[in-house]
Amino acid sequence: MKALGDLRDYAVARVVGPAALRVQRWGNQWRAWRGSGWESAYLAPPLGVAVRGKEMVARHWLAGRYANRDRKVAWITSAAPVELLHALGFFIVYPENHGAICGAARVAVDLSCEAENAGYSRDLCSYARTDLGSLFSGRTPVGRLPMPDLLFACTNICQTVLFWYRVLAHQLRVPLVLIDTPFVYFETAPEHAVAYVQRQIETSVPVLEKIAGRSLGMAKLKETGTLSREAAHLWMEIMQRNAHQPAPISVVDQFTLMAPVVEMRGEPATVDFYAAMLREVDGRIAEGVGAVKDERHRLLWDNLPIWYRLKDVAEMLGAGGAALVASTYTNAWGELADLIDPEEPFESMARTYLYPILNRGTGHKLKTMRRMIDQYSLDGVLLHSDRSCKPYSIGQLDQRDRLARETGVPALLLEADHNDSRCYSEAQVANRVAAFIETLER
Amino acid sequence: MTGIRAWGIDVGSSTTKIVGVEAGGTMCLHLLEDSEPRAEEQIVRMLQRAAAASGDQRVRPLVATGYGRKLVQQADRVVTEITCHARGAYRALGHGGTLVDVGGQDSKVIKLGPQGEVLDFAMNDKCAAGTGRFLENTCRRLGVDLERLGEVALAARDEATLSSTCTVFAESEIVSLLAHGVGVEPILKGLHRALVQRLVAMIHTVGLTPPLMLSGGVARNPAVARLLEAETGETVVVPPHPQLLGAFGAALVALESVGERPGKP
Ligand code: SF4
Repeated sequence: MKALGDLRDYAVARVVGPAALRVQRWGNQWRAWRGSGWESAYLAPPLGVAVRGKEMVARHWLAGRYANRDRKVAWITSAAPVELLHALGFFIVYPENHGAICGAARVAVDLSCEAENAGYSRDLCSYARTDLGSLFSGRTPVGRLPMPDLLFACTNICQTVLFWYRVLAHQLRVPLVLIDTPFVYFETAPEHAVAYVQRQIETSVPVLEKIAGRSLGMAKLKETGTLSREAAHLWMEIMQRNAHQPAPISVVDQFTLMAPVVEMRGEPATVDFYAAMLREVDGRIAEGVGAVKDERHRLLWDNLPIWYRLKDVAEMLGAGGAALVASTYTNAWGELADLIDPEEPFESMARTYLYPILNRGTGHKLKTMRRMIDQYSLDGVLLHSDRSCKPYSIGQLDQRDRLARETGVPALLLEADHNDSRCYSEAQVANRVAAFIETLER
Repeated sequence: MTGIRAWGIDVGSSTTKIVGVEAGGTMCLHLLEDSEPRAEEQIVRMLQRAAAASGDQRVRPLVATGYGRKLVQQADRVVTEITCHARGAYRALGHGGTLVDVGGQDSKVIKLGPQGEVLDFAMNDKCAAGTGRFLENTCRRLGVDLERLGEVALAARDEATLSSTCTVFAESEIVSLLAHGVGVEPILKGLHRALVQRLVAMIHTVGLTPPLMLSGGVARNPAVARLLEAETGETVVVPPHPQLLGAFGAALVALESVGERPGKP
C-alpha cells in the first residue's frame, strides 16, 4: 500500500503536476501573446516572463507537498544564509513567503484568527500569525506545507523571528539554528561583528550536516554562491532599468516577480529566469513601453507591499498617471549582490547577512531613499506604515519630514498592514492617495 | 439669481453642502443639510433646490468633493477635500499658511504655499478623537446644546483634566468626573483642550507656517479657536462660512475648468 502511495505521489510531484503547470503556462502565454484577458485602462499588461515566474513558484510548492518523503526540509527566514542549506540539499520553505501567498490569496486574516484564538496577540507581525495559524489549522493555499526537519533563523530582519521560530521549535520539536547578527549602527559593521557572525555560520555546519545526512561540499557551496550572486545582480540590473522614462517594470510587478530571488536564489533556473526578464525589460525600453500607460508621476514605495490589495493600489495610482518606480523593499534583494564572494563563502556570507536594510539604522534607509530619488528621477514618496513590521516602519514620520525638507519631494504616509486587511481602510487610502496625486499635479 | 458660473458640492460624513459662485469666484448661493443615509437621493433633491433657487436649471459645471464625492453622478469632476479646502481658503483669505479643518468625522491640516498651492497635508481619518464627533458625543452626555458648547467651555474658571484621548473612554471618564462632583463647565473646557491638543500634534507633523487658519463646522465653536491660539501662540483666522470651505473650493475648481480665474478676496 505504502509503495503504491509513494508511486502516486511521485507521479503527481514529478510528472502530472509539472506537466499540468506547463500546459497552464502555455495557455497563459498564448493569452498574453494575443493580448486577451488583460483589462486595464491605465496599466500595461504584466511582463511575459511573469507566467514563467508563476510556474516556478507553483512548481516549488508542488514539490513541497511531497518533499517530506525524500528530502530534508528547512524552514528559514527570508534573509538567512540559505546558500549553506542549498549546498546541503535541503528543500527550503520560507514561512514569510508562504505568508505573502496567504496574504495575496486573502486568507491571511482567517489564519491569523486561528493564531489569535490560540492566544497570540494581534500586535504580533501578521506573517507570524499567518504562519502559526496555518500550522495550527493545517490550512494553506499551497495545498500542503512540508514539515521542517530544521528551523534556521537569522535575526537580521527583526526580533519577531527569534520568538516566532522558538514557538515553531517548541511546537514541532525540531532543532532551531539561530544566527545572531548584531545591528549595524554606522556605515560599516565592525570586524568583530563580522567575525562573530562568521563563527556562528561555521559552527552551524556540523549541526546542519547531521540533519542533512551528508557533508558540505565546498565546490557545491561555491557554485551556489555564484548562482546566488548572479541572480541578485540580474535583479538589481532589472530594477535599475527603471531609471528610464517611462519605467518599464512597476514596483507592484516587482513585488511578485521577486519571489524566485528570495526563495530560489542559488538555483540555475533562477538565473535563467532573471536573464530572460532583463531581455524583456530591455525590449520594453526599446519600444518605449511603460508599466503605467500614461506615466506623469514617478514614485518611491517604502516598506512591504499590501499583499491583499496589490492590483487595487496599482490601479489607483495608475489612474492618476503615477507609476511606482523604485522601492526600498525590492531593492533589498539586489543591493547586497556585490558582497557575495563565492571564493570566500563564510566570510562573505557573514558580511552579506549583516547588511540587510532592516539590520541597519534608519539613517541608512533615508540615505537610500534620497539616492533613489535622484537615480530614478522621482517626484513623490509613499511610505507604507506597516502596522506589523515595526523595524521597517519606525522613523517614517521623521523620514517623511526630512525628505520633504531636504529634497523638496513630498511624501505620504499610508497606514496599513502587509497581511492583515483589518488594518486597511479602502476609502481612506484612496482619499489620501488621490489628494497626494492632486498635490503632485499642481 | 442667474449670475452663477460654477458649482461645488461637498458630501461630508455629517453634512452635505452646495455652493454656487459667480464670475470672479464670489460665493453667491449656498445650501447645507445634514447628510442622510440615502446620499444619492439627497444629492438629487439638493441639486433641484439649488436649481430652483438660482434659476440655473443645469447646475453645471459641477465639481464634487468630500467622502461621498463619488456618489455624485451629476458631477463633471471629483476632487479631494485637500485640494478644495486649499482653493477655498486661498480665495477667501488671500494668503497661504496652515489650514486646520475639523470635520464631523475627520480632521486635516494642510500647509499652503504663498499662492495657495498645497505643499503638504496630514489627515486624521482613523480616530474620532480630534474630530467634531468627539465634541458631539460628549455634549450629549453633558446635556449641553452643541451650538452653545464653546461658549460654556470658555465661561469655565477651572479646567478638568481628561486623560483619555479616545472618544469612547472620554465618555466614561466624564461620567466618573460628574460622579465626583466636577462641574459641567470645567469638564467641557478639558474636553476642548484634549481635542485641541490632538490637532496641535497633527499641525506639528506638517510644521506650523503662520498664519493659522481654522475651518470646518467646529470652527464656529469659539473655544476651539481660543484654545488653539493658547496652545500654539498664533492668532487663528477663521474664513467666512468655515463649514462651506470644501464646497466653495469645489466650485472654484469648477470655475477654473471653464477657463475663469477666481479673483482676490
Ligand atoms: S516584523 Fe517585519 S521583518 Fe519581521 S517577519 Fe514581520 S514583516 Fe518580516
